[in-house]
Amino acid sequence: MLSVVALFGALMVITSKNPVYSVLWLVVTFFAISGHYILLNAQFLAIVNIIVYAGAIMVLFLFVIMLINLNRESEPNKNRWIRMAGAVAGGCLLLVIVAALKNTEFNTRSAEVVTGDIGLIKNLGKELFTTFVVPFEISSILFLSAMVGAVLMGKKN
Amino acid sequence: MFLLAIDWFLIIEKLVLVAFIVTLSMIVAMYATYGERKIAGWMQDRHGPNRAGPFGLLQPLADGGKLFFKEEIIPSVSNKFLFILGPALAMVTALLTSAVIPWGPSLTIGDRLVPVQIADINIGILYVFGVVSLGVYGIMIGGWASNNKFSLLAAIRGASQMVSYELPMGLALIAVLMLSGDLQMSKIVAGQLENGWNIVYQPIGFLIFFVCALAECNRTPFDLAEAENELNMGYHQEYSSMKLGFYLFAEYINMFISGVVMATLYFGGYDIPFVNEASWGIADYWLSIIGFVVLLSKAFFFIFMFMWVRWTVPRFRYDQLMKLGWKSLIPLALVNMLVTAAVILWLKK
Repeated sequence: MLSVVALFGALMVITSKNPVYSVLWLVVTFFAISGHYILLNAQFLAIVNIIVYAGAIMVLFLFVIMLINLNRESEPNKNRWIRMAGAVAGGCLLLVIVAALKNTEFNTRSAEVVTGDIGLIKNLGKELFTTFVVPFEISSILFLSAMVGAVLMGKKN
Repeated sequence: MFLLAIDWFLIIEKLVLVAFIVTLSMIVAMYATYGERKIAGWMQDRHGPNRAGPFGLLQPLADGGKLFFKEEIIPSVSNKFLFILGPALAMVTALLTSAVIPWGPSLTIGDRLVPVQIADINIGILYVFGVVSLGVYGIMIGGWASNNKFSLLAAIRGASQMVSYELPMGLALIAVLMLSGDLQMSKIVAGQLENGWNIVYQPIGFLIFFVCALAECNRTPFDLAEAENELNMGYHQEYSSMKLGFYLFAEYINMFISGVVMATLYFGGYDIPFVNEASWGIADYWLSIIGFVVLLSKAFFFIFMFMWVRWTVPRFRYDQLMKLGWKSLIPLALVNMLVTAAVILWLKK
């Protein structure tokens, strides 16, 4: 049921004519994915997914789309070559994804071994700050530098 | 068959609780509109509503009836589906938060311990935070679907304000989490019963949280989304009849719920100060009822504070609002968080 919602939402994101609808369908998709996380007993991941993606990033998307006010009249006609190039690029991406997934085995076993509380916040925090502390800190520095860059670009004008 | 053994009592118990709390939020919100106007009247040396019923007590019912029977106008250029979805979302997100609040000490019915809380999930606070962050959608969708410049401007103002003020709110919450060491609402309250209220340890955190709660509810001095003298009326300008009522009503429900959340996080939830009510030796359903009433009275006090602020402080300008949020509240909340962390670390050593 959740998977149906997720897939349908994702399809509607790309087939909707109106970009605002696309964003709203994307929010629906995020909710379905959060539902999956809850089924996996990863409550922290689920709620953070909602707070960060549905609650903040999608709002900013909506913001931009509402402000630039896309509609059929103002949108310039794309010529055929651009469409072709888009199709080729999309096909390449599909090829890469299929190639990457081809050799992975479905290790359903590991899901059975896990006791089910791996996604709870206590275990997640312990893992992040012991085993994965270096990648965690590096990614936070990456975010910080992105923020500083954005502020700098904003200040220039 | 064993797998299908559903705990019917649990389902009934939760259903009753949900129905009770939703009804209660509605009634409180209804009479908060009355209270708002009475308090406004009192502060401005007027009478306030006093025609419908004794002391005007039937005024909210009359207003509700009027809103229901008004003609419903959906602008022909609007986006119909989203136009209806907007107020519905505003209402739903306003009511959702009440699910994780512990409303009183647990009851014993027969040989069952019934917690007076709909869902005691172990990410309680984050859930509140998540629902609050979704509250933006009601405003944004409504403002955009109306296809009106003023509505859109107001919706964008409201959304950017709510997104900005979520950050200091979250940082203030982190300090509370460090004190209690748990995200579960029931454990936060239990910790306060033991060690004293969080307001004693976190006065600055509470101040930040209170200001952010004002901003999240779109209350004056942060009601830029409905600044009538520059935006005609705000994001709900094109709305009429009960859809408009839903938007206005959602604001009052939000006020009530954020009052309850503040009481729970900083003022000990259902705890009575300086008294150990468990030693009175009365039946525990009385304790539950007393705890519930205490929590409600704390929440009403906060609602009164909200109204007091509204009729005292003038509205901010937009740049002042952003400056306050990003340049004062966030650094203050960060410092508060760091100091709390340092003190906790120092005491534990």
